[in-house]
Amino acid sequence: MNPEDCRYTHEHEWVRVDGELATVGITHHAQDQLGDVVYVDLPEVGATFNQNQPFGSIDSVKTASDLFSPISGEVVEVNGTLVNDPAIVNADPFGEGWMIRVRQSDPAEIDSLMTADQYAEYTREA
Amino acid sequence: MQTAMRRTPLFATHQKLGARMVPFAGWTMPVQYTKVINEHRAVRSTAGLFDLSHMGEFEICGAQALAFLNFALTNDAGKLEPGTAQYTLIPYTDGTIVDDAILYRLDDRYLLVVNASNVEKDLDWLQHQALGFPTAEIRDVSAETTLIAIQGPFSEAVLQPMTDADLKALGYYHAVETRVCGVPALLARTGYTGEDGFEIFATPGDATHVWHTVLTAGEPLGLTPVGLAARDTLRLEAKMALYGHEISDQTNPIEAGLGWAVSLDKGDFVGREALEREKRLGPARKLIGFEMIERGVPRAEQPIFKDGAHVGFVTSGTYSPTLDKPIGLGYVPARFSRQETEIDILIRDRPVRARVVRTPFYKRERGANT
Repeated sequence: MNPEDCRYTHEHEWVRVDGELATVGITHHAQDQLGDVVYVDLPEVGATFNQNQPFGSIDSVKTASDLFSPISGEVVEVNGTLVNDPAIVNADPFGEGWMIRVRQSDPAEIDSLMTADQYAEYTREA
Repeated sequence: MQTAMRRTPLFATHQKLGARMVPFAGWTMPVQYTKVINEHRAVRSTAGLFDLSHMGEFEICGAQALAFLNFALTNDAGKLEPGTAQYTLIPYTDGTIVDDAILYRLDDRYLLVVNASNVEKDLDWLQHQALGFPTAEIRDVSAETTLIAIQGPFSEAVLQPMTDADLKALGYYHAVETRVCGVPALLARTGYTGEDGFEIFATPGDATHVWHTVLTAGEPLGLTPVGLAARDTLRLEAKMALYGHEISDQTNPIEAGLGWAVSLDKGDFVGREALEREKRLGPARKLIGFEMIERGVPRAEQPIFKDGAHVGFVTSGTYSPTLDKPIGLGYVPARFSRQETEIDILIRDRPVRARVVRTPFYKRERGANT
């Protein structure tokens, strides 16, 4: 369920590193808890965030949640298709539902995040 | 000390249906069975089935029942014929609100249906108000009452084969003591969704029988179980007040747009002086409906700004499945309550432009008696 090539936060974001770029989204567990996603608010390209800082927000019919950056860096791309079709986050959270791509300023931060196994354990406890 | 969450007679039924259960007003209730949007749309297009057994019911009887009710409630219970119902409010002396309720007049008694979260508070308050009416008797029958609602345009077609009552002849806000699915029930044409529909009051022992019989018969027509999440979006589109949001012990019925449920033509009642003054002078603030001009979903308690000044707050906000856009309700000073007035909703510390619109956001096409 949780891809092995991603790392995970306690706020249910995932990050997948590919060279110096890292892609960020929310997990299957997160979208399942939220329910129908109706709105995703993402930053502009060029915005910079520190690890654990909010980079955007997501609304389902039921509730609103902050999105927290798993890593520090500069946003180099945002998934604009989510603006008009936020339900992609429900349908494919680890793929087409990705949110931002970030040029990492501190690649070592990745090691502070949970592995797929650890995240599976974490969501089982929660 | 942790109090155990209460379960309705349909708890196991909800679990079997795969509902996501959440704590609500001391009860474990289904928040959704499948997808909130689908459940919402089922009620607007076909029909939805709701377990409302958590709600509170009080029976009021005795020679002074009417006199007591007209003293303790805002609406004029004297206007009720047997077999009819009215929306009413339980006011505090200062005109703010203890709870809102539906009052049914039956042949030999009244039934007052109140919010689950307020049952104990309401009962204490009403019993206190009843001290001056020694022959009026209030009985909390919540534990002996299960409440199942069917709401949506196909409700009558689904339910008619299951009851001897002639539903065509049962008007909106009318009720009849009859049999439903072969068991004794009070059947009322009332609801909280903005659609035509019925509420079935029965005994807890009959709850699963009624639920299964109605659901099985209705499923081919599109009847689907609906949880609390869609109940909230449905009532919000219809601009029906929710206690703790649009109405509370900090708000009065006049500013909430519920003046039609406050009768000043009857005698003295709790809060009369305050409400009469509020009606005469006009409320300083008003409940408005708004839509977003810029992107964003409003949520309860977010501040409302006008020209940079903090002037009010959101009471409820959501994405509207029927309108396919975000909507909200909130309080603003009366001078900003006119339609088309532009306001800002502070969403995540950022002002997002919105516009006051006509409410309700959604209004069904009415049939002859719906």
